[in-house]
Amino acid sequence: MKIAIVDPGSGNLASVLRALERVVAESGRPAEVAVTTEAADVRAADRIVLPGQGAFAACRRGLDALPGMVAALQSSVIDSKKPFLGICVGMQLMAQRGLEHGVTPGLGWIEGEIAPMDPRDAAGAALPLPQMGWNGLDLAQPTHPLLAGIEPGQHAYFVHSYALADGRAGQLLASTDYGGAVAAIVGRDNVAGTQFHVEKSSRVGLRILANFLAWTP
Amino acid sequence: MLALRVIPCLDVKDGRVVKGVNFLELRDAGDPVEQARLYDREGADEVTFLDIGASHEGRDTILDVVARTAAQVFIPLTVGGGVRSVEDMRRLLLAGADKISVNSSAVADPALVTRGAEAFGSQAIVVAVDARGDGKGGWEVFTHGGRRGTGIDAIDWCRQAEARGAGEILLTSMDRDGTRAGFDLALLRAVRAAVRLPLVASGGVGEASHFVDGARAGATGLLAASVFHYGQMRIAEAKAALDGAGLPVRPMAEAG
Repeated sequence: MKIAIVDPGSGNLASVLRALERVVAESGRPAEVAVTTEAADVRAADRIVLPGQGAFAACRRGLDALPGMVAALQSSVIDSKKPFLGICVGMQLMAQRGLEHGVTPGLGWIEGEIAPMDPRDAAGAALPLPQMGWNGLDLAQPTHPLLAGIEPGQHAYFVHSYALADGRAGQLLASTDYGGAVAAIVGRDNVAGTQFHVEKSSRVGLRILANFLAWTP
Repeated sequence: MLALRVIPCLDVKDGRVVKGVNFLELRDAGDPVEQARLYDREGADEVTFLDIGASHEGRDTILDVVARTAAQVFIPLTVGGGVRSVEDMRRLLLAGADKISVNSSAVADPALVTRGAEAFGSQAIVVAVDARGDGKGGWEVFTHGGRRGTGIDAIDWCRQAEARGAGEILLTSMDRDGTRAGFDLALLRAVRAAVRLPLVASGGVGEASHFVDGARAGATGLLAASVFHYGQMRIAEAKAALDGAGLPVRPMAEAG
């Protein structure tokens, strides 16, 4: 199995690579994991992971700057139905558009747009922003294969100031509570995305990555 | 509910763990990678490395420490000490750090915060503020490991850090650091009221109830070094105190 980690040029992919290498090693099934900026590697891969950090618009520009990459993603993920996992801004890029630094089109694989958060507590006081830290997962689709072995309330590591808005209920796999429900995992068909950093979410995150590698949507 | 973060800090010099009392006396006490792994297993929510030697000498040893840690510890890793440029940040991030903390260099060149945030995202940039009471009810920013006063108001500097794109404030009370008398709660409240950023309290932890006090004063992360490093307190005790006070924590059972 070949797993391609697409580098949109936004920063540190070492953590995603190391986490996937760990999960592959623990799975006992051989797999090649590699970070790439080449469209050909995405076309040749069996599974595709798109991490992303920083701003939505910058990540989209980074993807667009890789020759043939967006077309390769559309072809591999939508036409060939390869399992796809977006992480953090990589998950956000799956939406129809992002509203960070102007309106930027997303990949359009998930309904909704990525809008600024303004979380408030029950008394209306502003909660810290970005949401940074470990928050519990409320499982909307607990029987989804990506959530195998994940218990309701287990924590994942979030860092974000923007979140999916106007999403469709059926595509929400899990949410978290930060002044109201926030999309934590989305998915449909062969695509999924985690708003949190699955590679930094300790055992919970590694389990979700292992589930992704075993996923046969 | 977002959990309070319990964050052990490892002071590192020449690739080894040290801890100074009030930053000046140093004692060598171990391998930072092993320490970080232990903290992860014990339920730490993040680990912070502070490269204390970095202001004075070469800092390649920390890159190796970061890379070896990131290969084994799958929780967020913050690294600070001697970071002077976007290139320094890039090297640490590529080695496996998730967040870079800047202190003296950001005071000297506040635009460094903006350049870092533009290059890597705000989430990767922590502004570390070392503050000392000015005797008039306010706090002054100190740099260079607490040795040098700047005349800058700490609350104003936190506001500026937020405006310049920082993703988090790491706030250390130089008055409390090494004293075990608890966090400077007045300082925490003042910064909490001034910025919306996540706020990590540092300096002064001596007992588990201090974590509760810090959280109630507005900290979203609670950092300690020596009490954990010398085994006077375990991560679990800090979390039990927070949990017992009705504050949200990530349970030990989910540790790495």
